[in-house]
Amino acid sequence: MSTDTTAGRGPDHRRSTVNRLSAENVTLAYDQRVIAEQLSVEIPDNSFTVIVGPNACGKSTLLRALSRMLRPSEGRVLLDGQVIQSMPAKKVARTLGLLPQSSIAPDGITVGDLVGRGRYPHQGLLRQWSAEDERVVQESMAHTGVAELAERYVDELSGGQRQRVWIAMALAQQTPLLLLDEPTTYLDIQHQIDVLDLCADLHEEQGRTLVAVLHDLNHAARYATHLIALRAGKVIAQGAPNDIVTADLVEEVFGLRCQVIDDPETGTPLIVPAARRARAAAGDRGTARKVGAAEAS
Amino acid sequence: MKTNRAVRTPGGLSVRLDVRALTVVVLLLVTALTASVVLIGTGDFPIPAADVLRTLVGEGDAGQEFIVTELRLPRVLVGLLVGASLGLGGALFQSISRNPLGSPDVLGLGQGATAGALTMIVLFSGTANQVTLGALVGGLVTGFAIYALAWKRGVHGYRLVLVGIGVSAIVTAVNGYLLTKSDIVDAARAVVWMTGSLDGRDWDQVWPLLALCAVLVPLVLANSRELRMMEMGDDVSYALGVRVERVRLLLMLSAVLLTASATAAAGPVGFVALTAPQLARRLTRSPGPNLTPAMVMGATLLVTADWVSQRAFGADQLPVGVVTGVLGGGYLLWLLVTERRAGRI
Amino acid sequence: MLVESPPEQRAETAPAPPNRRAVRVLGLLVSVLILVLVAVASIAVGAKELSLEQVWHGLFEESGTYGDVVVADRLSRTVLGVLVGAALGLAGTVLQALTRNPLADPGLLGINAGASAAVVSAITFFGVTSLSGYVWFAFCGAAAVGALVWFLGGSRGATPVRLALAGTAISAALYGYLQAIMILDDAALGRMRFWTVGSLATGDDSTIEQVLPFLLAGFVLALALARPLNAMAMGDDTARALGANLNRTRALSMLAATVLCGAATAACGPIMFVGLMVPHVVRSFTGPDLRWILPYAAILSPVLLLGADVLGRIVARPAELQVGIVTALLGGPVFIYLVRRRRTAQL
Repeated sequence: MSTDTTAGRGPDHRRSTVNRLSAENVTLAYDQRVIAEQLSVEIPDNSFTVIVGPNACGKSTLLRALSRMLRPSEGRVLLDGQVIQSMPAKKVARTLGLLPQSSIAPDGITVGDLVGRGRYPHQGLLRQWSAEDERVVQESMAHTGVAELAERYVDELSGGQRQRVWIAMALAQQTPLLLLDEPTTYLDIQHQIDVLDLCADLHEEQGRTLVAVLHDLNHAARYATHLIALRAGKVIAQGAPNDIVTADLVEEVFGLRCQVIDDPETGTPLIVPAARRARAAAGDRGTARKVGAAEAS
Repeated sequence: MKTNRAVRTPGGLSVRLDVRALTVVVLLLVTALTASVVLIGTGDFPIPAADVLRTLVGEGDAGQEFIVTELRLPRVLVGLLVGASLGLGGALFQSISRNPLGSPDVLGLGQGATAGALTMIVLFSGTANQVTLGALVGGLVTGFAIYALAWKRGVHGYRLVLVGIGVSAIVTAVNGYLLTKSDIVDAARAVVWMTGSLDGRDWDQVWPLLALCAVLVPLVLANSRELRMMEMGDDVSYALGVRVERVRLLLMLSAVLLTASATAAAGPVGFVALTAPQLARRLTRSPGPNLTPAMVMGATLLVTADWVSQRAFGADQLPVGVVTGVLGGGYLLWLLVTERRAGRI
Repeated sequence: MLVESPPEQRAETAPAPPNRRAVRVLGLLVSVLILVLVAVASIAVGAKELSLEQVWHGLFEESGTYGDVVVADRLSRTVLGVLVGAALGLAGTVLQALTRNPLADPGLLGINAGASAAVVSAITFFGVTSLSGYVWFAFCGAAAVGALVWFLGGSRGATPVRLALAGTAISAALYGYLQAIMILDDAALGRMRFWTVGSLATGDDSTIEQVLPFLLAGFVLALALARPLNAMAMGDDTARALGANLNRTRALSMLAATVLCGAATAACGPIMFVGLMVPHVVRSFTGPDLRWILPYAAILSPVLLLGADVLGRIVARPAELQVGIVTALLGGPVFIYLVRRRRTAQL
């Protein structure tokens, strides 16, 4: 199930090239707690890859490993053919950006200043703020629609605006690869769609490779060009949503009985949970949104 | 961004300047130097400021020259260096712990240095130099203990603060024990030391402090951009290419060294490390660790407080630590109230 | 950094089954027995060792020997230890329940420092010399700092870090003030350097007489708060839904903690960490029900305090290590352990 038809590339073509980012047989663990063993994942170039799975399946952990936040206890994560941990930190940061779940806006910082901090990997002691930096920051803010907020303080913004500002900061990093850890958590539905539309733009118009962890399976199916379904630290299926999302897969991954129909807007798969009476099976865990950051992330 | 200016050369070099912060630093420097000149002129034998300046450039009369260069100048220099070290160390600690109260005073570094000094005073009746050495060792050991105990897959700000509080309580108990074991003469000496004083400091204290600052200040400032990034959380700064744990260890080490050596030279002068970064921040109104403004502010505060204690209570009656303690304690309360309102503590 | 499974407190809502209650009552009796043993040790151990026989004679049938004098002296010290230990344990338990903060302790929250500063001020500036005089100052100081820390720590939004920081910062300021007094007044230095570390040695019969009424009132109040504090443990909204009067419970809890800490500090000086450690030990076998935690804490805290006192007399023989120092040396590591065990999100 490794079909991938992103950007007009056939499967044959894909097999012949090496993708820029991949994990090879990684074992991921926090202290003694093993989250995933012998996990291998390829992120297809120029894809919008979305990782889905039930709570505590290891999807955020996988993203942390791909972004070198977590060092695998076995196996390796490769970026452009090199082990990611062995590369200079700033060099990685010019290739691969991450929007983590937890980030802190320093007190009294303005939007422009915060986005400007995304230029760090391109700067040095003698090259602190070039005209190029200025231009990229303006572009990033324009792209995320926060340009008019540049002089405002980050503390004063709404949740949706703040998330766009953080995305703008990650954009200013100008990386061909961008990883997002649950970018829509805590946002209203219209802001969730806003953020996902923005991600799709980044992918389609700028040709960036995006990897996101999402909770909402329907959002994932609609926006992803490549879907990775995880359960208990194992890849159950991967490929284009139209090819892999079936009622059986959802039941296998989430333990939820459902129908899969065509999304009337986009034609992508739409998951409709079975009615309560039809779901007599035990162990129904649903896709309830988690509260707080208590999950293994 | 309003006050930020970028200076660029045709060769592709660019330096970022915060005009407001720069102005603050210059004004504070002027204040510190003015206060120093006034302080040199203050004492049982007052010297007008003009004469002080004339003596400093080597054109004063012999009597004044002795008083200025041998007695009062080293004391003022120690004050400036200690204040600068405490201000810089405090700014580093507050930035690393992401908490305005996460300063060396609260985390027990001062108490640790005190334990070392008291051990020398009480158990060995040590000389002044031995006491200084004891304080240095005590401060360093405490600093490392806090870092090691707070380490658990990285040092988290809150854990650092709470572990520091725990260590502080233990060391305070040790100090209390040493104080009860001492005879009344040693106890009086110990208590004066514990308050922090610039009395009788000479060139022997100036040179080591100056050497240490000459190494550490450039080192710390060279890492200030990394520290700014780290204020956005470990994940974000790591994603931006900052070697978070390495930078944090280096800066913690520098902060501990700065604080411990300052404390060894003048005793645990209370609250300078806590207030200087906060005051500096309020003047520059810029986010980020404000390292240079905090350093200059620390020097200004300490020299001014020393002058106040000499003016208000007569020469060498009241150690400078009492003045900074009372002023700093008041400021602390104010800070707690306002920061609470802003929900930042 | 966020992952790690902490031993979560099980919310126990159902009443304990009868056999479980029997075990708890039995445990309480065993605790009393341990307390008696420690108390005997506290009388027997010291610069002059006494045999059990001598202790017996001193307590029940006077033999007219020197041993009787030693016993009488150590008896008042022991009784004081029992009372103060119970006071600190109950105060710590109440504060932990009130702030829903397992790291709360009268010493850590600055309440003892407040009482100390007030007592020292009373002695230095107002010439108050008797304990019954300055105990009122201790109450005022404890109450003022308690209210201040509660307010600064964020009231109902308090987190362990905020409360501990507010308490430590205020303690630092107050200790600075105490130091200034000691520098300016040599006589004060002579007296206070012993008192400010926290010691049972200064107590005699009159000390006990003077603080006993306050301590007993505090004991009754604290034990009576078990039920309302139980209701508050599940959050303000739940407690309100259960019909608890939150403001009254908060006010009475603060009153109980203030009276207990103020009286204990006035009698022995500031003693840290007893109120922190004991409730944790107790909770590990009683569960979260305050109706059991409070009585256990009242019995086991004196065990800890007297044990620390005896230890201080043994390790530094023939001199002694003040009990406040021993508890800090024991409690500091426990505190750090508790901090390390928690997830960062819980701090």
